[in-house]
Amino acid sequence: MSLLDSSLWDVIKASLDPAIWKELWGPIGETIYMTVVSSLIMLVFGLIIGILLTITNPDGLIPLKTSYTVSGWVINCLRSLPQMIMIILMIPVARLIFGKAYGTNACIIAIAASCIPMYARIVESSLLEIEKGKIEAAQAIGSNNLSIIVRILLPETLPSLIRGFTVSVISVLSMTALAGMFGAGGIGDIAVRYGYQRFQHDRLFACVYILIIMVQLIQGIGNLVSKQILKNRNLI
Amino acid sequence: METYLKISDLHKTFYPHGKPLKVLDGINLEVDKGEIFGIIGFSGAGKSTLARCINRLETSDSGSIELGGTDILKLPKKKLLQERHKIGMIFQNFNLFDSMTVYQNIAYPLQIAGVPKEQIKERVQETAELVGLTEKLKAHPGALSGGQKQRVGIARAIVTKPDFIISDEATSALDPQTTIQILDLLKEINRKYGITILMITHELDAIRYICSRMAVLEEGRITESGQVRDIFENPNSKTGELFAKVFKLLQSAELTHGGGI
Repeated sequence: MSLLDSSLWDVIKASLDPAIWKELWGPIGETIYMTVVSSLIMLVFGLIIGILLTITNPDGLIPLKTSYTVSGWVINCLRSLPQMIMIILMIPVARLIFGKAYGTNACIIAIAASCIPMYARIVESSLLEIEKGKIEAAQAIGSNNLSIIVRILLPETLPSLIRGFTVSVISVLSMTALAGMFGAGGIGDIAVRYGYQRFQHDRLFACVYILIIMVQLIQGIGNLVSKQILKNRNLI
Repeated sequence: METYLKISDLHKTFYPHGKPLKVLDGINLEVDKGEIFGIIGFSGAGKSTLARCINRLETSDSGSIELGGTDILKLPKKKLLQERHKIGMIFQNFNLFDSMTVYQNIAYPLQIAGVPKEQIKERVQETAELVGLTEKLKAHPGALSGGQKQRVGIARAIVTKPDFIISDEATSALDPQTTIQILDLLKEINRKYGITILMITHELDAIRYICSRMAVLEEGRITESGQVRDIFENPNSKTGELFAKVFKLLQSAELTHGGGI
């Protein structure tokens, strides 16, 4: 059903039709799969790069000015690429790894490549929030840098890290929708093929509902977890 | 008396905005073993920098710092970390770890020092008892009052049984009553374990209450040092005079109001 020949109300009613939703479970699964796998890759690499940025900062634990400046510059370059261009750039990489340039797994590489630099910056800003005095106290106690990172820096900033991760997962989700245009499957693929190319706006609406619900869920869980940690620590 | 801390000709210059700023300008200081030594000075006099140079949280430019016969500035990195187990430090803002419970905060230095698990439990219990925190071991620092937080800070500083404690404005964020309790605790620790304490503060009362000897720090130099009473009664430096004046004022206020420490 299309908005071109039906009223908005009719399209909304049609968008709730179980027949449409039956066809959507598969794409929903694909979207969840892409979001989860990309987010995990982003989490691992983003954390590592974010930690390295924080400690090599001129005021950090192991100040390395050149390395900090260069990696900061590279990250800014990667972040200045629009997500769509990153997907196109990653086509040869995906082909190299998976043997094909389309499909869910191929797009995960592009999504991760695009979101890692962003998440690394978010991790960096979370880690920089720590009060300097806590690091100093840990140093005065005789901790080496590794235990300061693992036992002080990360746990102390955990609530902020979780909030940052939540925001990043949502941006991964929005990118999976974009990747749908490039044959990644998922909700975005449905929205483009039916909603855009065939004017089936009832399906487009259904996709919008799903995305809204997913974003609300992710944000809700993130807020809940980070709040609960703060509550456990009696900080709120 | 045996000298425990000996600082000779210590210099430190910072470069804020590229311009040199001499924060420590040839510090000479001797602290005896087992005494509570006060360093007083206005903000910006270099007190905190001096404190941080002693355990090398701050790298000094030149000079030497001997702590119990060890030249701190010459230690390689690994030895320095070990040496720091013997130096406790207490801070104005407590700097407790919010992600850990009180128990974990106190246990942390022991874990870092590689003390076996069974011993850790015992030591934490013992230390918590000494500072009066046995009831709060499961709580997080966020649930504690300022005075209780500083007790955790002190417990964390003494749990490794250090020879020396640096107290950097430890009572400056506390109200007068809590200040007395914390100072009493420091006194008790000093008496019980013979730990040498360096009290860095801008609070006259704290020095008068707890220290035997003191030094006045002024623009990166020690302008006078000696018995606390002598300096208050017969000051020889600008800062000393000013402090003596404030001290006399406080004393007369105490006579009329019966307040103060």
